Amino acid sequence: MTHLHLAVALDGAGWHPAAWREPDARPEELFTARHWAGLVREAERGLLDFVTFEDALGLQSAAFHRPDTRTDQVRGRLDAVLLAAALAPLTSHIGLVPTTNVTHTEPFHLATGIASLDHASLGRAGWRPQITSRAADAAHFGRRTTPQLTDADVLDSELIAARLRELFDEAHEVVEAVRRLWDSWEDDAEIRDAATGRFIDRDRLHHVDFAGAHFAVRGPSITPRPPQGQPLVTVLAHASTPYELAAAGADLVYLTPHSRADATARLDALAAATAARPRPLLRPLKVFADLVVFLDDRPGRAAARKRRLDDLDGAAYTSDAEVFTGTPGELADLLLDWREAGLDGYRLRPGALPHDLTAITTGLVPELRRRAAFRTAYTADTLRGLLHLPRPANRYASAGRR
Amino acid sequence: MPDHPSRRPPKRVHLAAQLPSVQHTTVWSDPRSGSQIAFDSFERLARTAERGKFDFFFLSEGLRLREHKGRLHDLDVVGRPESLTVLSALSAVTSRIGLAATVNSTFNEPYEVARRLATLDHLSGGRAAWNVVTSWDAFTGENFRRGGFLDEADRYTRAAEFLHAARALWDSWRPGDVRADAAGGTFTRADAGRFSYRGRHFDIAGRFATPRPPQGHPVVIQAGDSPQGREFAAADADVIFSRHSDLAGGRAFYRDVKGRLAKYGRTPDELKIIPSVTYALGDTPAEAAEHAAEIARAQVGPQTALMLLEALWGRDLSGYDPDGPLPDVEPLPDAVVTRGHTQFRAGRAETVRRWRESAEARGLSIRELAIEFAGRPDFVGTPRQVADAINEFVQTDAADGFIFVPHLTPGGLDDLVDRVVPLLQEMGVHRADYTGPTLRDHLGLNAPREPREPGGPREPREPRVLRADSLQEETP
Ligand SMILES: Cc1cc2nc3c(=O)[nH]c(=O)nc-3n(C[C@H](O)[C@H](O)[C@H](O)COP(=O)(O)O)c2cc1C
Repeated sequence: MTHLHLAVALDGAGWHPAAWREPDARPEELFTARHWAGLVREAERGLLDFVTFEDALGLQSAAFHRPDTRTDQVRGRLDAVLLAAALAPLTSHIGLVPTTNVTHTEPFHLATGIASLDHASLGRAGWRPQITSRAADAAHFGRRTTPQLTDADVLDSELIAARLRELFDEAHEVVEAVRRLWDSWEDDAEIRDAATGRFIDRDRLHHVDFAGAHFAVRGPSITPRPPQGQPLVTVLAHASTPYELAAAGADLVYLTPHSRADATARLDALAAATAARPRPLLRPLKVFADLVVFLDDRPGRAAARKRRLDDLDGAAYTSDAEVFTGTPGELADLLLDWREAGLDGYRLRPGALPHDLTAITTGLVPELRRRAAFRTAYTADTLRGLLHLPRPANRYASAGRR
Repeated sequence: MPDHPSRRPPKRVHLAAQLPSVQHTTVWSDPRSGSQIAFDSFERLARTAERGKFDFFFLSEGLRLREHKGRLHDLDVVGRPESLTVLSALSAVTSRIGLAATVNSTFNEPYEVARRLATLDHLSGGRAAWNVVTSWDAFTGENFRRGGFLDEADRYTRAAEFLHAARALWDSWRPGDVRADAAGGTFTRADAGRFSYRGRHFDIAGRFATPRPPQGHPVVIQAGDSPQGREFAAADADVIFSRHSDLAGGRAFYRDVKGRLAKYGRTPDELKIIPSVTYALGDTPAEAAEHAAEIARAQVGPQTALMLLEALWGRDLSGYDPDGPLPDVEPLPDAVVTRGHTQFRAGRAETVRRWRESAEARGLSIRELAIEFAGRPDFVGTPRQVADAINEFVQTDAADGFIFVPHLTPGGLDDLVDRVVPLLQEMGVHRADYTGPTLRDHLGLNAPREPREPGGPREPREPRVLRADSLQEETP
């Protein structure tokens, strides 16, 4: 049996809004390096493929589309790219995948930031570009407005995507501009040719001259091509418009199926989007499914824990992804069943930290290994290597040699 | 000279280090020269500086690769990581040294920069600094969404507003706003992060997404040298690092800048003057001089000498022999052949006149002249001579310390830290160990005022009356 790929999505004290109130949570440490280092090292002990870090350019809110004023949930985050960078020297194999906004941030800064993460981690960087769906965040920049979603819009991800279509179109452009900037230095551009005094071969550096409907970037990057050539681009997609973004620009997509049949349906929709778009420079898209997980060894205990947290929060926790409660063995059953639909792996969102992360690394992972479905050692040093993705060729390389 | 040097306790010397940036001073042809991009190089330099108990490790920034005569410039070390990202990684492998990032105020937005600096401050436990630079040119602007550029006259109004907006954002979370009271169910204060800032360049409002950083406000550094730049530093910066390498020039600059502080209600010790300098050491004065000459020859090869001259002359000089006399053609004062650096922006004709005079008086070739003006290390001598010179600059108020820029990456700081730093420690002007955890502690800076009203504007400060001799009384 081929191995499953496993990632964990880290955010605050876990994905349940009351998770910070658990006895083993240390909410006063959420903004320290120590908190995150402990979690990522645990994920690496479990030999997971990568961790992702959530981020946004506004404060968290219980409402998808507008700010709230709650004081009983975690509020505040660190910049995910910098957080991932601080964890790079403390780890050696696990991939580090920060989320960044692409609606308000300069593509040039995004390209150099992720490339620098790849340099600092020696080839373990990924990226999750994300549009800004909250109109209020635009006021943090004062440069533009973005559509205000209504309570009706947010009931349906197709409606959301339709209303934010232009932001998705722009996201396509950002991903393309960033990828070109990563390629703007050929791998061997630094020549250190003492005879001619040249440090670089200027023919192996390229102005990217990206000109889209929303912005232009001249290039080249200030940062040499990163170790992976192209850090791993990952996209979370719930609807047709983001499927197109994933199809056009991503190496890996996260889907949110709620059953095996739903996984099949979503994979079909994704395949249609991919078929409609040539991916000349990209390999077949890796597909992960997202799941929120509450895990305990004793049957029934995880569900009871979730209910207790729900009571603290005042509402039953739901998510865009399926919320799983059960034992590691039950979760292994589900993962192996759903993957028959054609999934390459899963991104698990621990309900509470560190509890549900440790349950993944010390419960789920050994269980999957018993079933010969998960690795027993890291066999590659880069994130692309872990996912069996080749290092991409540079789109400018042949042109540069003329 | 101060009036009563003997009565004054010696000032403490502030030491900092910079990874050599994109310019001709990095000697990449040396076999000991390593990667300018590999994380190892940054780690080695930062840890060496930390071993020397330096205040901070500094990275410069450029947002567009230079072009010379219409083509990418290929002689200098080029290619660098994004500063804040690499400094965040360095926060994990260092424990005390400050981490200073250069971040441009024209091609960024306050919300993001404030958040990223607050993040670095959190991750490093209070060691973040921000060098606010103000490049505004259309050439660099071509890499950015906002495109275009600013009028030169607007660069510091935007920078000042940018900084004030960033402070409003940092102040939008008060100390203790993260309550994390699990039993009581209160994570934050209700209004934590609420801000609004309105100026000519920014009109922004909402909730700031990152809690107050450990230092309150990361340390602010300023680099420009124009009168507007000096004014900006006097009003708003904690450190200034523009370079004036001789004693007389240093003292004049020091006096000028520190003299501007009073009208902003600040005392002279609230702004540290820490210029960047280069150096060459030897066991004897003669050996040091020979070492300095070697470095300069490696830095300014024949092609680099011509390039520097072309940048200054504003025209193609490729027909001239770098080892021959200065070109007989006149400079084109308004022509731009090198884009992406500010070196000769002011006073080009005046510079050319000085170069010509110097060449004629001493019979210098193009390359010798370029070395003279663009390649000579600032401090040259035995470790004792260099330690004494550093101390003299500081004790006579020509500087509060220095940012040392080695010519080699990554081993270039070793001799300074191993041979000069112990002498400064013996002299009692440099710490034997860090005394506090934050960069503000290292620099002897006060904590910023705590915000009174959440998210409200910064209070104007009452100008304080200073005694006439306050400049002389500056003590650590
Ligand atoms: C010592 C020094 C170092 C500087 N370092 C940088 C830098 O790393 N990146 C940058 O974009 N500009 C840098 N600058 C440029 C300044 O931020 C500023 O844009 C320029 O000096 C013009 O401002 P001025 O007219 O006040 O000098 C530096 C300037 C000086 C004097």
